[in-house]
Amino acid sequence: MKILNFSSRTVALVLAASLAIPAWTQNAAPTSYAIKGGKVFTLAGAAIENGTVLIRDGKIAAVGAGIAIPADAQVIDASGLEVYPGMFDPITQMGLNEVSAVSATLDVSELGDYNPELVAATAVNPASAHIPITRANGITEVIAAPGTTGFDLQSGGLIAGQASAFNMAGWTMDEMQINRSVAMVINWPSIQTRSFDFATFSIKEKPYADVKKEYDKSVNALGDWMDRARHYAQAKEKGSPALYERDLKLEALVPVVQGKLPVLVIADEARDIRNAVDFCTKQNLRMILGSGAEAWKLKELLKDKKIPVVLAPTNRLPEQIDTPYDKPYTEPSELFAAGIPIAFSSFGTSFSRRLPQYAGTAVAYGLPHDEALKAVMLNAAQIFGLADQLGTLEPGKIANVIVTNGDPLELQTQVRYLFIKGQLTSTDNKHRELYEQYRKRPQPAR
Amino acid sequence: MKRATICAAMLLFAACAPLVTRAQNPGTIFIQNATVLTVTHGNIEHGSILIRDGKIAAVGADLKAPEGAAIIDATGQYVMPGIIDCHSHIAVDGSVNEAGPAVSSMANIADVLNPDDIDIYRDLAGGVTTANILHGSANPIGGQTVVIKLRWGKPASELPFQGALPGIKFALGENPKHSNFPTPPGVTPRYPGTRLGVEEVIRQAFIEAREYKKQWDDYNQRKASGEQNLIPPRRNVQLDPLVEVMEGKRYVHAHCYRADEILMLIRVANEFGFKVRTFQHVLEGYKIADEIAASGAGGSTFSDWWAYKMEAFDAIPYNAALMTERGVIVSVNSDDAQEARQLNQEAAKSMKNGGLSANDALKLITLNPAIQLGIDARAGSIDVGKDADLAIYNRDPLSVYAVVQKTLIDGQVYFDRQRDIAERATLAAEKQTLLDKEKKAAEAKKAEEKSDKKPETKPDKKKKPPQDDGGAVESGVAGGLR
Repeated sequence: MKILNFSSRTVALVLAASLAIPAWTQNAAPTSYAIKGGKVFTLAGAAIENGTVLIRDGKIAAVGAGIAIPADAQVIDASGLEVYPGMFDPITQMGLNEVSAVSATLDVSELGDYNPELVAATAVNPASAHIPITRANGITEVIAAPGTTGFDLQSGGLIAGQASAFNMAGWTMDEMQINRSVAMVINWPSIQTRSFDFATFSIKEKPYADVKKEYDKSVNALGDWMDRARHYAQAKEKGSPALYERDLKLEALVPVVQGKLPVLVIADEARDIRNAVDFCTKQNLRMILGSGAEAWKLKELLKDKKIPVVLAPTNRLPEQIDTPYDKPYTEPSELFAAGIPIAFSSFGTSFSRRLPQYAGTAVAYGLPHDEALKAVMLNAAQIFGLADQLGTLEPGKIANVIVTNGDPLELQTQVRYLFIKGQLTSTDNKHRELYEQYRKRPQPAR
Repeated sequence: MKRATICAAMLLFAACAPLVTRAQNPGTIFIQNATVLTVTHGNIEHGSILIRDGKIAAVGADLKAPEGAAIIDATGQYVMPGIIDCHSHIAVDGSVNEAGPAVSSMANIADVLNPDDIDIYRDLAGGVTTANILHGSANPIGGQTVVIKLRWGKPASELPFQGALPGIKFALGENPKHSNFPTPPGVTPRYPGTRLGVEEVIRQAFIEAREYKKQWDDYNQRKASGEQNLIPPRRNVQLDPLVEVMEGKRYVHAHCYRADEILMLIRVANEFGFKVRTFQHVLEGYKIADEIAASGAGGSTFSDWWAYKMEAFDAIPYNAALMTERGVIVSVNSDDAQEARQLNQEAAKSMKNGGLSANDALKLITLNPAIQLGIDARAGSIDVGKDADLAIYNRDPLSVYAVVQKTLIDGQVYFDRQRDIAERATLAAEKQTLLDKEKKAAEAKKAEEKSDKKPETKPDKKKKPPQDDGGAVESGVAGGLR
């Protein structure tokens, strides 16, 4: 395949062009755009050569070849370029984590083990430097999930809170928000006898029996919470305030036990995943598996129970010493082949921009390319119940659109134009500004 | 716990044994019909590489396979120099930090190499052939370091890259001043606690080392002039490596982030007459690229890591390209066993971020780290006379879709993807046999003893503790501390 080779001059031109685009504003005119001349990958049918995407009032108005362009539409010439739905990173700490090591900049993990009433959207910082940096790589919407640090530095709690979906541009979270509550995050307890203790900077060992006891206690407690939420809902339904005292935690769990809000269960080891599936089946919860490093061991079970998987980053080490060296790379294709819905995710903040890389690596190891595109653009929307608004280029959906100079999963591909909520959005960001600033630094005097 | 550990150990043995026997006797090998990415003299379409006794004997488009040569048919595939990772912590037994003293130059990573670390094999499967195994960054002056080849299956004594100069780790900023993890209750915080103190510790150590060197120089001089009954100075194993640094016999690899601390170390190095060989991480290197270039130091950085701690908040993915543009020899490193498996992808990002050419991007993980480690006469490009350390991909290695097919070190195939896949069923069966056997034995023992047994414990299988010391880290795959 041909490697795209950008000279410094090309980059400078691209930068100059991007700087000319006004930063997004909610009141900016025009509200109508026509992206014309590009190859349009709608993800809802065959690609359209020389297609047009019409955007009006934040939504996709029309998609096709030979569409008449309204007089008031600003025309974006996408000749030689490719047009896709924006990418969707479904498990992040976007806006909740600015500098991972600086606790003052973190709103990821609350104290206590059971915090179902907490909602990520409450604390998403719309001015986070991560947002423009990430969207410049084509990620147009994300879900921020509380309690998902992915690293044992802080415990995120067992019921960590509600995950929120939002667009990657806007003045306030109210403007950015797609859905305040798309899932209840549960960090499935794991039987770990060894853990790293930061206080002493050493590995701590606990006897298996003790750890197992703790584990059983946690799982029982989770079950108790669900039972109590059910009773609470019943009492509430009866309508008499005398029958119940208002409880924000139980109130937040009611849609979970009623099957209206899915649980996003974070688990990696096969044993933990199996236990979580059993639990959710017994409790009649709608489960989404998050991370699932050993989900490949449970394909039958996951398929049978129709449980979708938000995949841990493809580029990771195998779980066990004797796990095939490429298992994390082949897992997405194995799950797809087994008929399990998958979506890629960064599980992070600063690495959210690596999302297409994770999908690309999975393609290298067997996942069909068009499925990989879906797994970074469409599938997360389906898994989290947002596919009526996102994921494809179809009329009526939120106009989150990227225009690229090639395959969006390939490492050298640039995002040339970015539309978020139907607004032409700058790809400028802190990193580019620093680059430009220091590139201009004169030679220091000797 | 025992069961799983034993199984793991046996499996490891089983996994490496066949590879070793097959990888013996380099002899004559002929790689044919590949796109050869030489790095130093362009790409050769339908090219061949002749390997004799572990060295590259010929490279070109119209070579003929000599009689009796083992043929590797690489039709449609790409051969590049084996990847050189200038910052790694694999193959280390236990902690990478001797974190007691602020100057731990007496500790040597070469003493604790672990040839059974599975990450050696995993990184080998990512095309890596050479790695700079560094001490951690807990101390302003850390431990001694060693360059190894990823000769999976060989004993620890055969891992070091023969002839490569040894190094020493220095560390500046948040990690040596212990910013990002709490001092345990009841423990007095260790000096230094600021960047000011970090400089002082390094200067003080070199003042002592200079004195110590002078004592030895005087002694040696007087001895050479024939003086009798001299008493040699007392040997100081902490200062010996610093003397070697001043004599240019040991490279300084300095962990650093911010521009100010980089300039500080350049000043200190000038004061004591040594050179910093590489600035590691050097995430703000782009701000002072001219000064780094003028000092003669290399820069070994990440592709796009940032914001995992305060001193990484101004990191930009254009760092490698911008430093290159200003004349610094730049490499992209891993600092992480997973990141090492994807260094080809990480290098490719510098084409997008800063507009490096494909060849310059490849240099970031081949020739440039070879120069930084002083092994460029032996590695880093596909040239006649160099070690036959090669990675063979199914397509252009700068594509996200490229997969390593074979990795050769000294002309021997140490990783072969097809062989790895073919052996999986055998290994799985072998594991099952062992598990069954052990289960049976355990049951028999249980029946025999009928007494209360000790509670079981489970071995560490999931997340490894951080290898480097220092700051907190963001989630996900690259979970080590930088």
